Amino acid sequence: MLDDLTDAERKALAQCRSAVLGADRPLRLDCGVELGPYRVAYQTYGTLNADKSNAVLICHALTGDQFVADDHPVTGKPGWWESLVGPGKVIDPARYFIICSNVLGGCMGTTGPLASDPATNKPWNLRFPVVTIADMVRAQAALLDHLGIPGLFCVIGGSMGGMQVLQWAASFPKRVFAAVPIACAARHSAQNIAFHEVGRQAIMADPEWKGGDYRLHDTAPERGLAVARMTAHITYLSEQALQRKFGRNLQDRNALGFGFDADFQVESYLRHQGSTFVDRFDANSYLYITRAMDYFDLAGAHGGVLANAFKGTATRFCSISFTSDWLFPTRENRAIVHALNAAAANVSFVEIETDKGHDAFLLDEPEMFRTLSGFLKGAATVRGLK
Amino acid sequence: MSTAQTIRVDLQLIADMVQPGGRALDVGCGDGALLASLVAKSVDARGMELSQAGVNACVANGLSVIQGDADTDLRDYPDDAFDYVILSQTLQATRDPREVLRQMLRVGKHAIVSFPNFAHWQVRLRLVFGGRMPETPSLPHKWYDTPNIHLCSIDDFRALCRDMGVHVERAVVLNRNSRPIHMPPLLSNLFGEQAVFLLRR
Repeated sequence: MLDDLTDAERKALAQCRSAVLGADRPLRLDCGVELGPYRVAYQTYGTLNADKSNAVLICHALTGDQFVADDHPVTGKPGWWESLVGPGKVIDPARYFIICSNVLGGCMGTTGPLASDPATNKPWNLRFPVVTIADMVRAQAALLDHLGIPGLFCVIGGSMGGMQVLQWAASFPKRVFAAVPIACAARHSAQNIAFHEVGRQAIMADPEWKGGDYRLHDTAPERGLAVARMTAHITYLSEQALQRKFGRNLQDRNALGFGFDADFQVESYLRHQGSTFVDRFDANSYLYITRAMDYFDLAGAHGGVLANAFKGTATRFCSISFTSDWLFPTRENRAIVHALNAAAANVSFVEIETDKGHDAFLLDEPEMFRTLSGFLKGAATVRGLK
Repeated sequence: MSTAQTIRVDLQLIADMVQPGGRALDVGCGDGALLASLVAKSVDARGMELSQAGVNACVANGLSVIQGDADTDLRDYPDDAFDYVILSQTLQATRDPREVLRQMLRVGKHAIVSFPNFAHWQVRLRLVFGGRMPETPSLPHKWYDTPNIHLCSIDDFRALCRDMGVHVERAVVLNRNSRPIHMPPLLSNLFGEQAVFLLRR
């Protein structure tokens, strides 16, 4: 039932751990569907200590995966957060038991639209239930139950990962000692939903998409997915960074081509981003995961008052934003901090000065590392971690 | 955080006013020196600071601090969230000191406020006989670039407290060397360079 794997999934599962969950206790999704059994693919680093108090859950972003700190099984590129996670780094496996799982709806081994519906034995494709950020967190909580981990020392993530962090703190406050939501929001804005819709329409407009059943036809909507990635990629950068990196520089030519080749370096760069993305990501997964972000509205789920989501919380929070991030601007992160203040929560908030845009959270940002290192050290002292 | 760390005398005085085990918010916490000494005496201390450099330094030292503005961000906290809300050498730089004080005593059961005394004899001399805007060790800025837009004297502050129905639990007046001086109000308003007030609703 879960075995009709893509090449990417097969490679991923060969390099990580996985658990089939929910056979006896299906996952009750927000849409009302009961999902089970389902597979969660995950990676771990370090060892769980004797009193099980050093677990750190890393939540990945829209197109991230469980390969935080080891080479990607498809692209061979280094892990997506190796700047932060690894021996001698801020989140050090010598100190913490680090877990990162591919989200529900994903395409790197965890159950998503690529999997088969146990009822029909046919691929879910667009018949896969629409999942939410809360559903992703439920699956992660089920994984922790499976691993016998009662609570997390810290849950950390940026962008959609930050949304999961907020959801963790709201859904399972007693299981989260410290929470670090980075470059995120408590609800997806109209502009962000709009960008996602452009991406989805690009995928669905690709004739190879075939109503989501492209695998049955042995095709793939690669052009549509590439365009979706190109659009999204612009939102991850900043105007200044694009200008600084590319300006109006021409690509492999000395004069304008008077045609529609990639005359400009920025075009060539985006085309490259698009074409490499399709090798490692599934189009239907992209639809489902962007939808989960669109649906995220933590205040809406708590009577319209964000502070209610954190009422009585004992979790220590550290929120981080970046000055040039226009996808999840500082004011969105500050709204989270205001709500945490209103709930009298223990919260720190830092805005990092950078021109690298939203992507800054994935990059080498020494100020962010210093902040995280200080916050984690303080929290570890209070938690009694060595 | 080192408990043996020495901090400025006026900050130490404030730290001594806070009972261990309580909850405190330091508004305008700078680099976190007072916060660290409060944490060291088992106070659940949080900070708010306008400058990004200050916030980052605090959080990197394991202190709980957010970037925020005394004038606008105190209203995000619920009633009685803290036992003490501290505003050290900042009241005179706020846009609406009376509202800030009101918010402090809404959010905290106590407020601790320290400020430079604009009726100090040096200030008076410089203005009355020098005919120039005062520049003193505690008020070092030029008139055109000072952040201090709402200066007051110790007596002015007492009058504001009376006016707002705020109880003064303790008032300590400090001389140029930040040592407490003990004089009748008229004289302390002349010889005190700064004052620290412990207030409650």
